[in-house]
Amino acid sequence: MSLMKSFLGAAATLAMTAGLAVAEPALIFDLGGKFDKSFNEAAHNGAQRWAEETGGKYREIELQSEAQREQALRRFAEAGANPVVTMGFAMADPLSTVAPDYPDTKFVVIDVNWLDLPNVRQVGFAEHEGSYLVGMLAAMSSKSGTVGFIGGMDVPLIRHFACGYAQGVKAVNPDATVVANMTGTTPAAWNDPVKGSELTKAQISQGADVVYAAAGGTGVGVLQTAADEGILSIGVDSNQNHLHPGKVLTSMLKRVDVAVYEAMKAGEAVETGVFTMGLAEEGVGFAMDEYNADLVSEEMAATVNATRQQIIDGEVSVASYYADSSCPVLEF
Amino acid sequence: MEKMPKWADVVLIPLISLLLAAGLSALVILAIGESPTEALNLMIEGALGSTYGWGYTLYYATNFLFTGLAVAVAYHAGLFNIGGEGQAMLGGLGVAYACLFIPWPHWTVALLFASVAAALFGAAWAAIPAYLQAKRGSHVVITTIMFNFIAAALLNYMLVNILKPEGGFDPATARFPDAVHLPSLHEILLPLGINFSKNAPANVSLLVALAACVLVWLLIWRTWLGYEIRSYGKSETGARYAGMSPVKITMIAMLISGALCGMMAINNVMGEAERLVLNATEGAGFIGIAVALMGRNHPFGVFLAAILFGFLYQGGAELALWTSIPRELIVVIQALVILFTGALDNMVRMPLEKIFIALRKEKA
Repeated sequence: MSLMKSFLGAAATLAMTAGLAVAEPALIFDLGGKFDKSFNEAAHNGAQRWAEETGGKYREIELQSEAQREQALRRFAEAGANPVVTMGFAMADPLSTVAPDYPDTKFVVIDVNWLDLPNVRQVGFAEHEGSYLVGMLAAMSSKSGTVGFIGGMDVPLIRHFACGYAQGVKAVNPDATVVANMTGTTPAAWNDPVKGSELTKAQISQGADVVYAAAGGTGVGVLQTAADEGILSIGVDSNQNHLHPGKVLTSMLKRVDVAVYEAMKAGEAVETGVFTMGLAEEGVGFAMDEYNADLVSEEMAATVNATRQQIIDGEVSVASYYADSSCPVLEF
Repeated sequence: MEKMPKWADVVLIPLISLLLAAGLSALVILAIGESPTEALNLMIEGALGSTYGWGYTLYYATNFLFTGLAVAVAYHAGLFNIGGEGQAMLGGLGVAYACLFIPWPHWTVALLFASVAAALFGAAWAAIPAYLQAKRGSHVVITTIMFNFIAAALLNYMLVNILKPEGGFDPATARFPDAVHLPSLHEILLPLGINFSKNAPANVSLLVALAACVLVWLLIWRTWLGYEIRSYGKSETGARYAGMSPVKITMIAMLISGALCGMMAINNVMGEAERLVLNATEGAGFIGIAVALMGRNHPFGVFLAAILFGFLYQGGAELALWTSIPRELIVVIQALVILFTGALDNMVRMPLEKIFIALRKEKA
């Protein structure tokens, strides 16, 4: 009995401390986990940057199951966390049930831009535009006229990446061939560097001499094999140029870290609504640094930068896979 | 003569194994600098301390009941069904088709027919490995595990290309219509004056799972078919000599097993998500193996083990929410329980048997 009492006592103390910690932000990672070297890790980096700069604290959870999505949202909202930052398109549906129940809590969701909820900040990225630019670089660097794309799972988001990439390639070289493969059909596909390596070898045997990996942790294997086999690779999400200096052509940046950092910095006053981070907002782009300076000539960089400006100005339009669930230049 | 009394086999061994697993988990938690007692408090409070916690614990338990029973039925026929994951995915597809394309008048009718659809899809997915085992001798362990991957690929294709609603970005079906909404425990218990948490996902399919427990018990121990299944599982040659058909028993046991796995979908797809998502099963098919092992392949044991694993899942979620214990460690704790209760069974059993034999000698 006394054991039970001490259990309850401890639980009560815990509940109180949880209640006292008002207005701490919370961060909900998607199933890939905090250290996926990609999407979730970028969010982690953004949150860490906020914590270091402000000395603030935040709550976090790495989801393990689908049922936990709604659970984590409600539990954090009930504990007074504000804003609650969530990652990934799979949070859209749970958010549309939970957010109306907590009108005083602000929610932030990354990779979602189609909900109609007053207390949700939705941040979408124009991945197709960034992918278009790295596609151009790939086509300019390719000698064989064949470039590769390696995705994680065959989901609309990854098709969106692939479609922008293929359009960029074809814009430079209409005769180029784009070889596109997906890593797998289970969530393990996001973290399977061995399979990424095998797919890279398969694409090399089909003539590819530049490969673009949009596959989370799997991309580590793609970049490694490309470097070992002497072809070029393109990283994704974070700047991965430094992983293999002189072997990674560029990286398609998707500044999830900035989106998370800004949301946390704004705190409870975070502005809600739909925000698209495209080329103009520097939400997406291609990475240039000392590691790939020798790979991208000034002329190449100038051409791509000119196109970047044209896309921002609306002179060049990149078709989005989302628009009609199909891609003009690539079959899935 | 039995080496030890039945209660020791059924209660004592799992209990000691559990304590060992808990002890080792406590050491691991201590090693990363967190307090094991606090972690235990959090798990118990979070999983069993409120109707909200119970609602999640029972929701997970419902999943594990179906898959655990499925593994148990196959096991009695000497078959090891590792394909629960794939069969449950296909069950989800069956439920999605039943709920999306037929306008049901009431949830009761929908539940009945969705269960049938889920069972049929699950059974169909088990039928091919069963046939290959029965007729060709291809080992069911290999084929069922391969079918898990084929199921994942099929589900992926269906969701991305066919079932995804127009203009959707998420690889998932549209939400099911309100008419097929299954009452949650909150809605069931409210008329009885019990205010069960509104936000917990446990629903009426828990009752279906409990009914399935009773039916499986009746099937295995009270019917002619169950007798055949058990005889075949104990001794194939003996069963053959007695005139039983190995092909028939293999097929039937696997079909029942697949149907039970498929029926898990009425809980997670129809009851909880109310739409079919890519990652709907999340390993419940594999947890079913541990549940069946721990439950000694008896429906009541499966029931207890399912509750335990439900507790571990929900308690683990609470740990992840309120402590900095990383989720990998929560998986370690769950794995330790599986390891001790399933794989290291003999480690506890053998010394215990010796103790009981020694005790008996003393008496004699």
